[in-house]
Amino acid sequence: MTFEGLAFQALDGLASASSLFFVAAGLSLIFGVTRIVNLAHGSLYMLGTYIAVTLVTAMGGAGDAFGFWSGVLAAALIAGVIGAAIEVVLLRRIYVAPELFQLLATFALMLIVNDATLWLWGPEDLLGPRAPGLSGAIEILGREMPSYDAFLIVVAPAVLGLLYVVFARTRFGALVRAATQDREMLGALGVNQALLFTAVFALGSVLAGLGGALQVAREPANLGMDLSVITDAFVVVVVGGMGSIVGSYVAALLIAEVKALCIGIGVVGFAGFAVNFSKLTLVAEFLVMAIVLIARPHGLFGRAQVAVRGAAEAEAEMEAPIRPASRALALFGLAVFGALLLLPFSARAFPYALVLGVDVLIAVLFAASLHFIMGPGGMASFGHAAYFGLGAYGAALLVKWFAAPMGLALAAAPVAAALGALLFGWFSVRLSGVYLAMLTLAFAQIVWSIVFQWQEVTGGSNGVLGIWPSAPFDRLAAYYLLTLLVVAVGVWLLRRILFAPFGYAMRAGRDSPLRAEAIGIDVKRVHWLAFALAGTVCGVAGGIFAFAKGSISPETISIGRSIDGLVMVLLGGVGTLSGPLVGASVFAVLQDFVMQETEYWHALLGGIILVLVLAFPSGLVGAFLRLTRRRRFL
Amino acid sequence: MSAPPATPKPPAPPALAVGHLDAWYGAAQILRGVTFTVGQGEVVALMGRNGAGKSTTMKAVMGLLPRRRGAVRVYGRAVSGLKPFEIARLGVGYTPEDRRIFSDLTVLENLDAGRQKPRRFADGTPAPTWTREDLFKLFPNLAELRHRLGGRMSGGEQQMLTVARTLMGNPLVLLLDEPSEGVAPVIVEAMADTILELKNRGLSILLSEQNVGFAEIVSDRAYLLEKGQIRWAGTMAELTENADVQRSYLTL
Repeated sequence: MTFEGLAFQALDGLASASSLFFVAAGLSLIFGVTRIVNLAHGSLYMLGTYIAVTLVTAMGGAGDAFGFWSGVLAAALIAGVIGAAIEVVLLRRIYVAPELFQLLATFALMLIVNDATLWLWGPEDLLGPRAPGLSGAIEILGREMPSYDAFLIVVAPAVLGLLYVVFARTRFGALVRAATQDREMLGALGVNQALLFTAVFALGSVLAGLGGALQVAREPANLGMDLSVITDAFVVVVVGGMGSIVGSYVAALLIAEVKALCIGIGVVGFAGFAVNFSKLTLVAEFLVMAIVLIARPHGLFGRAQVAVRGAAEAEAEMEAPIRPASRALALFGLAVFGALLLLPFSARAFPYALVLGVDVLIAVLFAASLHFIMGPGGMASFGHAAYFGLGAYGAALLVKWFAAPMGLALAAAPVAAALGALLFGWFSVRLSGVYLAMLTLAFAQIVWSIVFQWQEVTGGSNGVLGIWPSAPFDRLAAYYLLTLLVVAVGVWLLRRILFAPFGYAMRAGRDSPLRAEAIGIDVKRVHWLAFALAGTVCGVAGGIFAFAKGSISPETISIGRSIDGLVMVLLGGVGTLSGPLVGASVFAVLQDFVMQETEYWHALLGGIILVLVLAFPSGLVGAFLRLTRRRRFL
Repeated sequence: MSAPPATPKPPAPPALAVGHLDAWYGAAQILRGVTFTVGQGEVVALMGRNGAGKSTTMKAVMGLLPRRRGAVRVYGRAVSGLKPFEIARLGVGYTPEDRRIFSDLTVLENLDAGRQKPRRFADGTPAPTWTREDLFKLFPNLAELRHRLGGRMSGGEQQMLTVARTLMGNPLVLLLDEPSEGVAPVIVEAMADTILELKNRGLSILLSEQNVGFAEIVSDRAYLLEKGQIRWAGTMAELTENADVQRSYLTL
């Protein structure tokens, strides 16, 4: 590769950085003021593209410059209006809810918008017209660069400059900055906080919509844009530092450049090995994020997060601490276990019951292990699927390459997961909150992309096939009972540990790291071991999963599975121990039955999550406890 | 029908009237039936030891405590159910005891954040309005710090800025929470002068204070709080003469 070639790739990187910057800047801005991590932000970007395709085509397409540009701007403004409506109708109700609930609600919103888009525009990719006057190419460094890309390179710094002026020079900007620090005082000075939040949300949404609308002449509108862009934008925001718009720009450039250069470098001979750098593009941004977060835990331009004053501190109710099971609950647990033992007898009447039973039990162990670090540990992992996948692949690859017997393969699953969790956990526990969530997500994506790209060993996107249990577990009833036993032991073990000194130390470290350290607890170490333990148990679930399905694919490590885990835990209630068990069961049953019935099951799932979040902010089990407690007082 | 008999014109309502105010922090009740008034153009001191409920009273009046009960009237208008920004827009200015300066904003930006429209007194006469330049005259120290970040100011400078920021809202009623606390004596003197100047311009002021010496200079009347209840009320002169009351509710 020549120097000119690399420089040209770098310019190309600048063009891709533009849209990423718009989305990330909006996300960062909204987070800075409202402290909401808006997963639906990518949906506004996607809507921006779709609306722009429709408007620009309707207004004369490629032949009419005025029609094209006014269509793009109108699409951005419409995205802003939709964003404002979302803020007023939904987010306003959940500003006081715990952070994770907000995440869940905005995730639900993303699902709903995605299906609404499917319904409105259909499943086909939609290609918009080329930009009038910019459809040609200009010659740079002896190569042709699309004029539109050159335009995009210029427009991002222009918008950055405009945002800078708004935030540094206007009263609105001063109010926004003040709101990131002390909303309550701002209210006491006569500023209508609700209106300010709506305005900020609308502005952030306009930026996302603009980013999407500008893509109209570059790539077709498709239904996968929301998830891919939100993941990228998150990485950018976290690398740049939450709340810093300049940081977003620098990080967008950095990541786009690293990606572009990976493509540019291509295959390089290195000490006798041929390293294909272009394969790194799938994981480059996550590698950058992991390195940045390890070196600068708050991102390049970020600062340690301080609590916003007036953010519902007075209203936050102390959560009751978890307690060992009462005699009644223990008996109830045994009764449920007993009933599940008898399930194979119903197999004649309901042949599907055992398949569903295995699915539910695997989900329960997955959710329980996630809850272990998320609830009592206070570490919300967004990449828990990594350990599920490591377990599943650990077992499956042992069978594939070494023809290992099932017992050995199942024993290897937790070992593989534990090694991964020990490594990733060591870095992750050094961060907290959103940053920890993002680093765990980055690690999961790295694992995913290794599995996806290491075709020779893992089978790539085809996965590993033919992982079947050996006798006597080749009979479904026997495999079900094995699963039940393993899951019951796993759940009991996690629960038992929480009421051992180790569990107390972990909770103490969550509630007050400073005080816990002061009485001699090595909080980081305790949390690290807890993280590894949760990963290990999750690996067991992955191993069981591999043999239950007979084949596995990189999907077992996908972001989607990590998010499913979060939904299960939050659905049941993060503040209780039985919550994740109930949440996982309800989720798995819903997924198996209800969701297959309709083409729009994403929207249905989203709708259910929204109702649950708004109606039962402490989860299903939390709501039940509240109800019974109230009755006891009556 | 004959004309109704002429009734005497009802007296103008006080600038601030608080009746049977209860307030809670979480489950703990802090205020119990606090009742007092601040007349038009009056400076009233709310006094008591640490933890007596002075700051809580101010926050409750301002609508900053989610759990509260009782009547708060500003020039006769009930404000108890309103949000803090709505109460502020009716002309109630609040300066918190911990000042709550926006540390990432410059002095000028802090002042701008407090800006509101000019307003009139209940009788229709225009209330005093403040521009940034007026406030720099009132607090000359601030004039030299216009571009300084709020977080890089001394306690005394922040104290002046928090009062100036509230005045940018052109308030009719001012709630000053311990303006003399933790600042140098020269600032305390400047604060006393400022309060008297504001009183002259027609503002009604509720001042929370532990220090009789300071309250004596600026206040017309005083209420003494203990454990969230009003225990004594009278003129400032009555309080300075009554050593027993001071010993019971103020001195340590």
